[in-house]
Amino acid sequence: MDTIFLYGIALLLFILSFAADRQKTKKAFSKGLKALEGILPQFIAVVALIAIMLSLLEPQTISRFIGSDSGPLGVILAGLIGSITLIPGFVAFPLAGELLKNGAGTLQIATFVSALMMVGVITLPVEISYFGKRAAVLRNLLALAFSFAAAFFIAWAAGI
Amino acid sequence: MKKKTPLQRYIPAIVSLAALGALSLIMPEIAPRAGKAFVDQLTSIALVVPPIFMLLGLLDVWVPRDTMIRFMGPDSGIRGPVLAFLLGSAAAGPLYGAFPVAGVLMKKGASFHNILIFIGAWSTTKVPMFLFEMQALGKRFALSRLAIDLVGITVIAFAIEIAVPKKEVERIYALAAEEEN
Repeated sequence: MDTIFLYGIALLLFILSFAADRQKTKKAFSKGLKALEGILPQFIAVVALIAIMLSLLEPQTISRFIGSDSGPLGVILAGLIGSITLIPGFVAFPLAGELLKNGAGTLQIATFVSALMMVGVITLPVEISYFGKRAAVLRNLLALAFSFAAAFFIAWAAGI
Repeated sequence: MKKKTPLQRYIPAIVSLAALGALSLIMPEIAPRAGKAFVDQLTSIALVVPPIFMLLGLLDVWVPRDTMIRFMGPDSGIRGPVLAFLLGSAAAGPLYGAFPVAGVLMKKGASFHNILIFIGAWSTTKVPMFLFEMQALGKRFALSRLAIDLVGITVIAFAIEIAVPKKEVERIYALAAEEEN
């Protein structure tokens, strides 16, 4: 869905752009292509790392670690697992929902979801190449800390 | 970015591919899963990333620097962060897709604060994902996460802004400026 929408918009804008100014459109295309090639090696590395991670860490493993009786340790683990995994939202939310239904704590799930979305250890090299080491590492650390804080709020708010 | 030979640039990619291959050889039982994950991720990236970069090319060519500075620059007032937040939330695609976009926004003169808000929003308050989240985890869960995320994104943006020295920010911007051309 997302993807079709994205292509639709890109195509539409390119047609408009082409109608307005051929030269500029050509330039836009070659700029986009060049930037894409610039980042391509890092994307390939990221894909390989994700594949390694996904093959070592099954959903069942995750659910065992952050399941119902995992306590504070489970919350910390949830944050760490969320930080290193890179699962797309449309897979992660149903998985998290399933875990929640099967008795996992809201605290663990909320930590996992927040860390999953905001912290990206595997994509850190890409982030560093745009933001520098300092800002990138800091953002990820702050986001991880925030994931824990946010989880307490969500668990409280969802339980009212 | 430092000038590197094509081969040097591809070294991390080659190393991680080799690691994936080695892992599949050592633990043949996970090879099918690893292979499937690799192909799945590769297709999703190959699908999502090209249009993002094409749109970036258009943005780069069509949006004048003054316009970007007016809307998202240091003196954009409340308009800047709000626009950054909406842009990030409306975006499709995983977080790593946000970094190149941030690069072009920086190049065009968006302020560091607004860039950080943009990254925060892209990472966690995506509109299509929100609907998914409501369905899977419930309205209360999704809404309270959205509420606390608004606070978190802002706090994190301010914290990074304070903690990263001006010199480093200038270096990041210089990096973004020479990215292409």
